[in-house]
Amino acid sequence: MLDTLQTFMNDYGWNILALVGFSLLLLVSLLIIVAFLLLMDRKVWAAVQMRRGPNVVGPFGLLQSFADLLKFVLKEPIIPAGSDKAVFLLAPLATATCALASWAVIPVNENGWGRWVISDMNVGILYLLAISSLGVYGIVMGGWASNSKYPFMGALRSAAQMVSYEVSIGFVIISVLLCVGSLNVTDVVNAQKTGVGTTFGLTSSLLDWHWLPLFPMFVIFFISALAETNRPPFDLVEAESELVAGFMVEYSSTPYLLYMLGEYVSIVAMCAMTTILFLGGWLPPLDIWPLNAVPGLFWFLIKVVFVFFMFAMVKAMVPRYRYDQLMRLGWKVFLPLSLFMVVVTAAVLQFGGFRS
Amino acid sequence: MASALFFYLFAVLAVVAGASVILTKNPVHAVLFLILAFFNAAGLFVLLQAEFLAMLLVIVYVGAVAVLFLFVVMMLDVDFAELKAGFIKNAKIGALIGGIVLVELIALFGYRGFTVSPVMNPSAPIPASITNTRALGEILYTQYVYYFQGAGLILLVAMIGAIVLTLKHRQGVKRQSISAQVARGPATGLEVVKVPSGGSVIPPAVKHPEAAE
Repeated sequence: MLDTLQTFMNDYGWNILALVGFSLLLLVSLLIIVAFLLLMDRKVWAAVQMRRGPNVVGPFGLLQSFADLLKFVLKEPIIPAGSDKAVFLLAPLATATCALASWAVIPVNENGWGRWVISDMNVGILYLLAISSLGVYGIVMGGWASNSKYPFMGALRSAAQMVSYEVSIGFVIISVLLCVGSLNVTDVVNAQKTGVGTTFGLTSSLLDWHWLPLFPMFVIFFISALAETNRPPFDLVEAESELVAGFMVEYSSTPYLLYMLGEYVSIVAMCAMTTILFLGGWLPPLDIWPLNAVPGLFWFLIKVVFVFFMFAMVKAMVPRYRYDQLMRLGWKVFLPLSLFMVVVTAAVLQFGGFRS
Repeated sequence: MASALFFYLFAVLAVVAGASVILTKNPVHAVLFLILAFFNAAGLFVLLQAEFLAMLLVIVYVGAVAVLFLFVVMMLDVDFAELKAGFIKNAKIGALIGGIVLVELIALFGYRGFTVSPVMNPSAPIPASITNTRALGEILYTQYVYYFQGAGLILLVAMIGAIVLTLKHRQGVKRQSISAQVARGPATGLEVVKVPSGGSVIPPAVKHPEAAE
């Protein structure tokens, strides 16, 4: 018995222990970063509207997110009598789990120690696409299980909206993959070491990243990411002026907290995806001394925070779309445009002499 | 050992979820169990080192098809008593068809035996030098490209047929024409009316370009 255990530990055990350790490290740092990004979101929003934002808990309101967390956890969870209790409680868990699961394949750095990623799988991009498309289930299940009008409307809207915008996200990812030639997420970043900038003499600079040659796709991806994460101007799912809070109306306490957490974690995951696909991941903007000596993790975080800042500014400035306009934008504008761009990208790669 | 462990985990969960799909009374719960079954099938694909197929299964079936199932089933108002009456009425035909399929399956496995072990023998070994995504791509898009295009054409025809069958242009519906709205300028959107002092003018009805459709 002891012998078998030892063989098992030698074969799998230490790997599993290391995996659990790294996952915990990633999740804990991710959650702390999300807590501060949530505060940043509110501060940016407040600054645009010339308010102060949260400034009471801790210096400059830095501990506001942690105070909110404690408040939610300590409140009483209310489960409506007419609800489907199992699905009602499963829904926020599904949202939070899907959001956190996407971080398993997101690499944050690569250096002499190897690739800083939990699972360096060779279909990582497809995994990200699959997990982001699962986000809809948390919302649909929550909306249905609440057994109430507004949540159900929110759930129906979300199902249509997320399925629509997933299509254009898929096409954008395909055109990036055509340029890269690999489905591995780390390879996507490494492919951005050479590109347009290298052709014009600025080797390994920010001009090499995919945002420049694939600029239309970058814009489509950014807007579709807003729709996919139900951020304003596409927050019809929880539109407070029409549906009170959409699918979250009946939720309180920890289940509500899980929804909010899942939402923000998936927003940050979308920011990380934008960074990896278009903004060169952990690569420094210029390959010169003080910049390339900075750890790659730092550049990765800076870029993620920059994209999140753009998300926050959009939330502060843009009015909400109407439902038919949302559908028109997704199906009649983004889908043909991204499909056309996939064909153009493939043609340029094939006939422009870029084929490896 | 670990792969066998995971095989039995996924296989048992897939069978249990599959059984629950037809045994559970609530149709929404049935769809959710179906999704669980899809997930476990994806896990089995990963064990067979077909991770591309696994991801595709999750993206296409879980991410799109099952969402539409759920969307439709959630809005259905199913009457269980009526369903059960239908079950008893059609039970004889159902039992007959089920019996035929059972006999066929028994005959098939009696002839072939249970020699294939899915964990030990992946059905088609992947060439060691390339990833299985590339291997699939070379088969689909290079070796069998004409069959692939043919399948695509058939799907396109089916899609157009479905749209033609269901599309209705209702008369008298006011639609928004964004290009017409954007193209509106002072010349078309504004009318200056001279009102005589002490009198009143009721302007004639203006035919807006966006209402023309």
